[in-house]
Amino acid sequence: MRRIDHAEAASQFIAAKAHQEFHDRRLWDLRLKRDREAHGIPEWEELRALASQIKEHTLARLSDYLEEFESRVKENGAHVHWARDATEHNQIVYDILSTRGAKTLVKSKSMLTEECDMRPFLERRGIEVIETDLGERIQQLDDEPPSHIVVPAVHKLRGDVSDVFARTIGAQPGNDDIHYLAETQRQTTRPYFLRAQAGMTGANFAVAETGSFVVCTNEGNADLSANVPKLHIASIGIEKMIPRIEHLGVFIRLLSRSALGSPITQYTSHFRAPREGGELHIVLVDNGRSERLGMRDFWHSLKCIRCGACMNTCPVYRRSGGLSYGATYSGPIGVIIDPTFNIRKYSNLPFASTLNGSCTNVCPVKIDIHEQIYKWRQIIAERNQLPFVKKEMMRIAGKVLADPKLYRAAVSAAGLAIEHLPRFAIYNWLNPWGRQREIPEAPQQTFRGWYLEHRGRP
Amino acid sequence: MTSRDAILAAVRANQPTPAPSLPEIPVFEKMSGSLLEQFREALLRMGGKFVDPPNGENPDRFIRSLFPEAQVICSASSEVIGTRALNSGCEPADLADVDVGIVRAAFGVAETGSIWLSEQDLRVNALAYLAQHLVALLDPGDIVGNLHHVYRDPRFKTARYAVLVTGPSATADIEGVLIHGAQGVRSLTVLPVSRPADNRASV
Repeated sequence: MRRIDHAEAASQFIAAKAHQEFHDRRLWDLRLKRDREAHGIPEWEELRALASQIKEHTLARLSDYLEEFESRVKENGAHVHWARDATEHNQIVYDILSTRGAKTLVKSKSMLTEECDMRPFLERRGIEVIETDLGERIQQLDDEPPSHIVVPAVHKLRGDVSDVFARTIGAQPGNDDIHYLAETQRQTTRPYFLRAQAGMTGANFAVAETGSFVVCTNEGNADLSANVPKLHIASIGIEKMIPRIEHLGVFIRLLSRSALGSPITQYTSHFRAPREGGELHIVLVDNGRSERLGMRDFWHSLKCIRCGACMNTCPVYRRSGGLSYGATYSGPIGVIIDPTFNIRKYSNLPFASTLNGSCTNVCPVKIDIHEQIYKWRQIIAERNQLPFVKKEMMRIAGKVLADPKLYRAAVSAAGLAIEHLPRFAIYNWLNPWGRQREIPEAPQQTFRGWYLEHRGRP
Repeated sequence: MTSRDAILAAVRANQPTPAPSLPEIPVFEKMSGSLLEQFREALLRMGGKFVDPPNGENPDRFIRSLFPEAQVICSASSEVIGTRALNSGCEPADLADVDVGIVRAAFGVAETGSIWLSEQDLRVNALAYLAQHLVALLDPGDIVGNLHHVYRDPRFKTARYAVLVTGPSATADIEGVLIHGAQGVRSLTVLPVSRPADNRASV
């Protein structure tokens, strides 16, 4: 399988200047809004600590909580299905739909169904699948995966959306008024809500105590998907479990504040039992999660509540765009989850980080994201998954850094080199750091030189 | 082995030990001042409207005056008649032409400006989403402080469906520009109207 070349994909993103600058600004704005909300709650840090503890407790007793959840769901008159992997998940969903003669499925955004690549699976079998979240719908119509887990089309500008809608759903060509575009999607999606035989949602949280699950949206599209058709299917990753309803207070207070900088999503919906005359199916999906749970250094990533705060704050993500990661999950959280799916394919991703630790600082459930990124780098180096140039440079750097004499010689030489070498010798393919940035001017004197002059011999 | 048993066995084998204990969740109640005023401010921030009917005004007539163009007004609350009766047996899709839906909120949340609705309040859940506009009656005495209070409410254990509605349907998926009425209602209006005396429920 081909290794994802994040740097190459990112360079294409950066080349589209207007897009790149808007992307950077928009996501940083979300980060600032998040800060304002967080600072408005005196107990914010306490909430983060509680959220982390609840998640760690639940993951350590996950088998018990899953069984409790299953029992409650059955008592509530809903159905539970278990899927070991993506294919089994897709097959279960297809079987539920086909045995009931359902031909059209309206769905709200779910990263899990993206992870399972469910849409093409169902479409090949004759099921019409309609994404109903505006951003996700734009991405579906443009035949692209979401580039962000909360704002799927954040890498597109209004002109791009206008082109997609003109090409696919009959919008006026050239009309890029955002109100018009959103209204066009509303008008063209509503008939699907009314005629679909089945609706699908994901879940942000599943509560063991009651067998219920929670879906957070701003558009209300999950509630339309779940409350208009008779049949509701919910796909839920097994790590979404929390023990009790009371714990939702902690997570709901953190989620939208971290994601979008709003105190809560417009709709926070709790599904416990099927509607009168309706049918509710829950598909619990493993797809690598139980294995990740056993990874000593990486199981904390299962605490993730998919708020996207780490992506919005990450300088690499903001300047490279979610699609450049070539994976379902992008940004810092993607960088630590993706290699668990395929270490070779995603071996470049842990290097798409400056290790500044900002992701860890904003994470509402306190995942040690940047430390995990660093650990993945070590594993990838040990398993020989580094590309040749990076490996050679690291080998040489390792030798130099380990030997004081060599290091001093190299530092003086580097200063001289930056001053005196022709540009092509510095800004070449061996030095990716020189690609989108100028190498800083070297100081006249090294620190060691200054120290010896002012403080005498060490 | 069934998939269920295989997943549970793998989880059991891999889950980290020992399990840290489950923390107690405080209520973090530091609210001071009027819950109604905080509710109103939070609701406005989320794009909702808060309209106080004039003293003694009949809510039915008042709502009609707020939506003079509305053809179909459909109420899940017996306090408002509207133009079309809502019977629990109707198909959700039958509500596609409703201009204004009306509901009595079980309670409100000062922290976020949310109202809490269940299938008991909505009768047909889709009313809150297929209608073009939603109007909610809220007793000012039915407002709790923050979300920790909300999630101590026992009704979560009996409601089939419960939703915290905070403002109208919204999206900012194109260039971060805020649009109301993305998929669900285009507006949410909350009227502070006390419950009829025979219908008071404690929160």
